Amino acid sequence: MTRTITLAQGNGGEENRALISGLFFRYLGNEILERAEDAAVLQTEKKMAMTTDSFTVSPIFFSGGDIGKLSVCGTCNDLAMMGAQPKYLTFAVMVEEGFETRKLEKIVRSIKKELAINGAKVVSGDTKVLPKGAIDGIMINTTGLGALSVEGVSVRNLEMGDAVVVSRDIGRHGAAIFAGREGIELESEIASDCASLWPMVEKVIANGVIPNAMRDATRGGLAAVLNEWVEASDVCIEIDEGSLPICEAVSGICELLGFEATALANEGTFVLAVRPENAERTLEVLRSFPGNEMAAVIGEVTDRYPKRVVLRSEWGTKRFMELPTGELLPRIC
Amino acid sequence: MVKLELKDLYDKFRDPATIKALAALIEKEAKRLSGPLNIMEVCGGHTHTIMKYGLKQLLPESIRFIHGPGCPVCIMPKERIDHAYILSQQENVILATLGDMIKVPGSRGSLQQARSQGADVRFVYSPLDVLKIALENPDKTVIFFAIGFETTTPMTAALLDQARKQGVKNLLFHVNHVTVPEVMKELIDSRDKHVDSYNNRIDAFIGPSHVSVIAGAKIYEPFPKKYDRSVVVSGFEPVDVMEGVLMLVKQFVEDRCDLQIQYKRSVTMEGNINAQQLIDRYFQKRELFKWRGLGNIPWSALMLRDEYAEMDAERVYADVLPIEEIEDHKLCICGDILRGMADPTECQVFGTACKPSSPMGSCMVSSEGACAAYYKYGGLM
Repeated sequence: MTRTITLAQGNGGEENRALISGLFFRYLGNEILERAEDAAVLQTEKKMAMTTDSFTVSPIFFSGGDIGKLSVCGTCNDLAMMGAQPKYLTFAVMVEEGFETRKLEKIVRSIKKELAINGAKVVSGDTKVLPKGAIDGIMINTTGLGALSVEGVSVRNLEMGDAVVVSRDIGRHGAAIFAGREGIELESEIASDCASLWPMVEKVIANGVIPNAMRDATRGGLAAVLNEWVEASDVCIEIDEGSLPICEAVSGICELLGFEATALANEGTFVLAVRPENAERTLEVLRSFPGNEMAAVIGEVTDRYPKRVVLRSEWGTKRFMELPTGELLPRIC
Repeated sequence: MVKLELKDLYDKFRDPATIKALAALIEKEAKRLSGPLNIMEVCGGHTHTIMKYGLKQLLPESIRFIHGPGCPVCIMPKERIDHAYILSQQENVILATLGDMIKVPGSRGSLQQARSQGADVRFVYSPLDVLKIALENPDKTVIFFAIGFETTTPMTAALLDQARKQGVKNLLFHVNHVTVPEVMKELIDSRDKHVDSYNNRIDAFIGPSHVSVIAGAKIYEPFPKKYDRSVVVSGFEPVDVMEGVLMLVKQFVEDRCDLQIQYKRSVTMEGNINAQQLIDRYFQKRELFKWRGLGNIPWSALMLRDEYAEMDAERVYADVLPIEEIEDHKLCICGDILRGMADPTECQVFGTACKPSSPMGSCMVSSEGACAAYYKYGGLM
């Protein structure tokens, strides 16, 4: 194969087929994909959940992952958050002419690895090569289909008294990407939390806990999830600021630049609303996964300030946790 | 030797037990006050701390905060933002500025909008990053839209100094550096006879302290002496602000009017002499500078000295930069709010025509302004 991706490889002809078989089939091949029909035919027994997401990230390779891993995690995690086991994915990639083939291969390899963690397959794909300058390197779209293992998990289902649990320390992905993009040198590197969540969700459910709501705290971070929940369920969520799990490196970045960790993106961190009697069991399950040792109960669902998220400080004061707006910009003073 | 961690710089200053203890002490002392005490925290950083940590909720009703004009982004008048906007549209120009300046709209739009329409606008963390941009783009003119109080001025001066030493020719400056004592003076003793500063209700100031790290606490000396206003220069952590309030309450209870430094770990009376000399080398006082919401304030800003006119974007691009004033909206009462004479809710346009997404006056521009805070925090204040 050529050292870099050429426009010819997106032409639908011979070079295109060579790229597909030499790279995509080689790593992602399975009996459905390799039939190479116009569409994949799927047999399902359970109710299915479906979601789609497009991925663009700079830098493409970051500490803790790359765009390939992200494109599988992102879509599979959205399925997992509905209590659905990720089964089938489509994979559409748009590559800029001149992109290094070696890099593309690395991306496809991480896709393969992440699919295995979820027990999912790519059953349909598409490749486009765009002229230089038309896109920034690479963009990926994945659509996922998952089999519901429980029903009733919904942003509208929060109940009074629910314990709000976060699966690990927050803000890593946002801080890692920010540091990587701006070339901020840190003494200890922050790795993104980018990870597949289905294994954790599966184990939580297997332990008899059916959460009322789950959501991965991606763009907009924890603050966005909680604000979406109070809006959809017409409740108040009160958070104990002191219980928010934040690692030192992330809180360092926040201190220096004036960010709130609650507004930073995550890619492998999710929030659960569970009945209070299930909170401890949920924590135990989450903490049994490496990296999730800081899982914590951070607050509760109340009716005090409807449709608002309230942060309670350790000295007895309160403030609203706002939905993050606009670009992430450092404060000046 | 014990290694100093970043968190050592703030952890103890956010200690819940200390904050509660200070609240109890203030409560006790404040009982001896003869009336309400109106404290202006001049600096947006202090406003941020008060909001973020909910400090007002810990204080007795007799202690009231008036949120001051100390946010360099909020006070930038539309004329100046228009300058930045116009400069960013010039051919072969890269416009660089700090952080959330790019969000604020002028009369033509914000820098963010200019960028989305194709202008090369960049935000930097440190003014010295601009040097790199200039070196990497020798065929472009890089204009640094410099903003900030005394705190950030030395960084601009250092950038200028470095540019000259390294012979960088493609770097210009649009200087909007402003100074704190002049605006404090304006609030309590305006020379403009149309301004109702006589009825201001500011009893005391929490002095901006990162300003004083550079300029020294000495810049506030006239306030207790000449204007009978106590000043405590406080740090920015919740313990600092609470201790600052306690020191002010004690002054009133003991019938003193002094200049005190709470933020002793960084602030001295004299300040950073090297930084002051650097500023002095490159900048001179500007006769008039317009503040959004407050109008023209004499000698309240800096400009490049005449010797450096060739690096001054205002002079180099004089032909395309308008000098006409854009009036603040007639219904906006930011001036009265900043003097403690009115609450944001008393303004006719508050929350209706004037919102954080479409601010009319300075107090609504950033989250540190009084109106934006009222708008956001509503019932929890």
